[in-house]
Amino acid sequence: MKLTLKIWRQAGPEKSGSFETHELDGVSEDSSFLEMLDQLNEQLLADGKEPIAFDHDCREGICGTCSLTINGHPHGPENSTTSCQLHMRKFKDGETLTIEPFRARAFPLVRDLVVDRSAFDRITQAGGYITVRTGSAPDGNAIPIPKPDSDSAMDAAACIGCGACVASCKNASAMLFTAAKAGHLNMLPQGQAEKDKRTLDMVSAMDDAGFGNCRNYGECSAACPKDISLDFIAKLNRDHAKANLKKLLS
Amino acid sequence: MNLDSKTPDGPLAEKWDNHRFSSKLVNPANKRKYRIIVVGSGLAGGAAAATLGELGYNVDCFCYQDSPRRAHSIAAQGGINAAKNYQNDGDSIHRLFYDTIKGGDFRSREANVHRLAQVSANIIDQCVAQGVPFAREYGGLLANRSFGGAQVSRTFYARGQTGQQLLLGAYSALSRQIAAGQVTMHTRHEMLDIVSVDGHAKGIITRNLVTGEVDPWTADAVLLCTGGYGNAYYLSTNATGCNVTATYRAYMRGAGFANPCYTQIHPTCIPVSGDHQSKLTLMSESLRNDGRVWVPKDAADCSKYPTDIPEGERDYYLERKYPSFGNLAPRDISSRSAKEACDEGRGVGPGGRGVYLDFSDAISRLGESAIRERYGNLFQMYERITGENGYKRPMRIYPAIHYTMGGLWVDYNLMSTIPGCFVLGEANFSDHGANRLGASALMQGLSDGYFVIPYTIGNYLASAGAGAISPDGPEVKEVLDSVKQRVDQLVSPKGKRSSRSYHKELGQIMWEYAGMARNESGLKKAIGEIQELRDDFSKNLLVSGSGKTLNAELERAGRTRDFIDFGELLCRDALERNESCGGHFREEHQTEDGEAMRDDENFAHAAVWEYKGEGKTPDRHTEDLSFENVELAVRSYK
Ligand SMILES: Cc1cc2nc3c(=O)[nH]c(=O)nc-3n(C[C@H](O)[C@H](O)[C@H](O)COP(=O)(O)OP(=O)(O)OC[C@H]3O[C@@H](n4cnc5c(N)ncnc54)[C@H](O)[C@@H]3O)c2cc1C
Ligand code: FES
Repeated sequence: MKLTLKIWRQAGPEKSGSFETHELDGVSEDSSFLEMLDQLNEQLLADGKEPIAFDHDCREGICGTCSLTINGHPHGPENSTTSCQLHMRKFKDGETLTIEPFRARAFPLVRDLVVDRSAFDRITQAGGYITVRTGSAPDGNAIPIPKPDSDSAMDAAACIGCGACVASCKNASAMLFTAAKAGHLNMLPQGQAEKDKRTLDMVSAMDDAGFGNCRNYGECSAACPKDISLDFIAKLNRDHAKANLKKLLS
Repeated sequence: MNLDSKTPDGPLAEKWDNHRFSSKLVNPANKRKYRIIVVGSGLAGGAAAATLGELGYNVDCFCYQDSPRRAHSIAAQGGINAAKNYQNDGDSIHRLFYDTIKGGDFRSREANVHRLAQVSANIIDQCVAQGVPFAREYGGLLANRSFGGAQVSRTFYARGQTGQQLLLGAYSALSRQIAAGQVTMHTRHEMLDIVSVDGHAKGIITRNLVTGEVDPWTADAVLLCTGGYGNAYYLSTNATGCNVTATYRAYMRGAGFANPCYTQIHPTCIPVSGDHQSKLTLMSESLRNDGRVWVPKDAADCSKYPTDIPEGERDYYLERKYPSFGNLAPRDISSRSAKEACDEGRGVGPGGRGVYLDFSDAISRLGESAIRERYGNLFQMYERITGENGYKRPMRIYPAIHYTMGGLWVDYNLMSTIPGCFVLGEANFSDHGANRLGASALMQGLSDGYFVIPYTIGNYLASAGAGAISPDGPEVKEVLDSVKQRVDQLVSPKGKRSSRSYHKELGQIMWEYAGMARNESGLKKAIGEIQELRDDFSKNLLVSGSGKTLNAELERAGRTRDFIDFGELLCRDALERNESCGGHFREEHQTEDGEAMRDDENFAHAAVWEYKGEGKTPDRHTEDLSFENVELAVRSYK
């Protein structure tokens, strides 16, 4: 395959960026999108140019590191797919592809296609845990958990923290991420003791990090490579309202 | 080299309790006076950093990813073992211990393995309490599945994402400690060296992968939890950033490296499709429950469409060679048989490196929907990667490097031969001998991190030699300068070849001569070729850009450099281990049926390598393994 690639280049957060156009020939349709970029980088290197920086690690759709906006879609046009799992046979020979970073105010750019998503870590640090001392846990079967509850918790916990939800949202809201993280723990019996505090603290950490407001556009769930459901946002809104009310009454 | 395992006295089942009791404690008020460096945030590092922080130590934790939650542990699929006996099927600590020792082909230390089996049950309790959403039965209790090498159901799982969920559990505990100020997290930092003073580990040198700054960090003890070295083969199921740099650099500073030749090859991976390939993807072994493995009898048929090849012209070689285990023959045997078939020219798919995994029988017997229900996600993943529909035509699979049992040598306290330098998780050599059983790596990482190190580190901290040093001291400066020099060296020569091309070539050498089957002449050849490659690397490497920015080429060059040196060590170890055991198969040592033949008389030991300087042959030391509680037996799968 032969491709024309319009790629965002930016030397650093303070530098100005622009698109650079490259032609790449001899791309195998069996290669993944990131392998296509590897090939481009080898070509740039041989031509005495600097390769393009992009983030990746597992290359199998689970670590959440890869983060490319391809033709305007976070992780590209395929549903339920991360950039690393996208294969070139999904594109046409001769096509022009536009590749940009995940853009959001709360994800400052590091270099080229690499952004800083540490805001997600800060949301988790604010309350995305159950306080349990190592070694002091009761037997794993001490509290039976109905299978449907456990399955829903797992649906939320499947979030890979890639940030496609934020990049797809007009307001760059992190509501789907936060809802998945809080929802996973809030649905389990082990998570009840800290539920209210967790909900309030995670939401305020999200606001502090500079993410926008959620307006229920729903783009986030459509872009999510793990199909995290919008229902979790509704649940977080309910949990938040309840927690706030209790706080006011107490 | 002092290889005293410090195995506690007493009966096997009481050793750990006795040891915990006799270990020195650090008084709660004193803990905050100590600083501990944890390199790695996977299951081992994440669990250790969180627990040590919770105990009151000051912890600095490092990882090369942009978030601790992205460590390679996240990719584990199948599950985690624990001797809970929830299924009432006869499991026990002793059985898990025995299965692990036997699975490791009698090449691990009894006392360590027994402790692992003992704490396995605590791990599940801990993870459940953290909110890990393990699979459950309708009654609400935890579900189990069975996994290779065991006759009981003791594997706990969270869909096909067990590693992810366990890591998120450890990450949440770590996040709590970060918020509490007990742990300082340093992401996008790569450890490039270790600093010792008077023989004790006192710190590390890192490169900030964003700014390029090379900095020293000092502490009272250093924990290396940096994972395995499977990427020495370039193509593996590991994440692309997995590296040997941290452990190899510690080796160069005096830590013994044990059994580097013990590598595990997984039979059911998606084959290489071309030169562009950057990694291989594992597909759960469970597929072999319903899929039949075959290649054409006649090499001339290999290019035919598979369903056009009549039944009589197919060789179901596993069923033919291992009638009782058939397609469920263990990992090493199935992998080697696939290689043999392809070596005979009967491989299928691009490059002739693949065998069929055929579900047509199962589909006609059970219906496509039943197969979809069992393995739908795997068929989907297969189609995404290959563009082929596994329901309509047989899948193609081929073995790939998956896990490494070798690692830095550690004693019972998980301390390496450098006092104060501890090694946890896949990075150490401790528990799996020459072969690891499925679902046991996650168990070991969490056992080391949550339950072992918090006790054993106290012994060291309370002893002489502990105590932090100033980052401005001369010993630190010397190592710091050498690291800076190394980074400069990598960016300065403007040769013609990319680091990736070197890494690829190394991988080809390793896979060819030190892969599924090894022999003396091949290993010698590999050592020669690796030495030539290193020469060429030092002259012809091309790294663009500078050391002062985010520079993936530079990172890859540094890691490749260490893989080249390490690759040679691995081959040397494979050459010296003149027997077959577990994942190490020497063609000279096999039974008539092609099974591995151990030599317990001469090789019932761990081989531990001591670095002797650049260009010098390292020394090989041994730690004898004594088996007091199990009888050495021959594995048979006929
Ligand atoms: C595809 C796949 C599936 C698997 N499935 C299973 C399974 O079902 N069950 C099972 O038990 N095991 C499984 N395994 C094995 C298991 O996942 C690993 O052995 C285990 O997770 C290793 O954990 P760890 O904490 O030792 O290291 P890792 O998780 O690899 O973590 C290493 C850490 O060290 C850091 N690091 C590495 N080098 C440096 C450096 N130089 N400087 C700074 N930081 C560094 C990394 O950033 C990372 O945080 C699987 C492995 C693979 C590849
Ligand atoms: S690289 Fe891990 S999800 Fe894409």
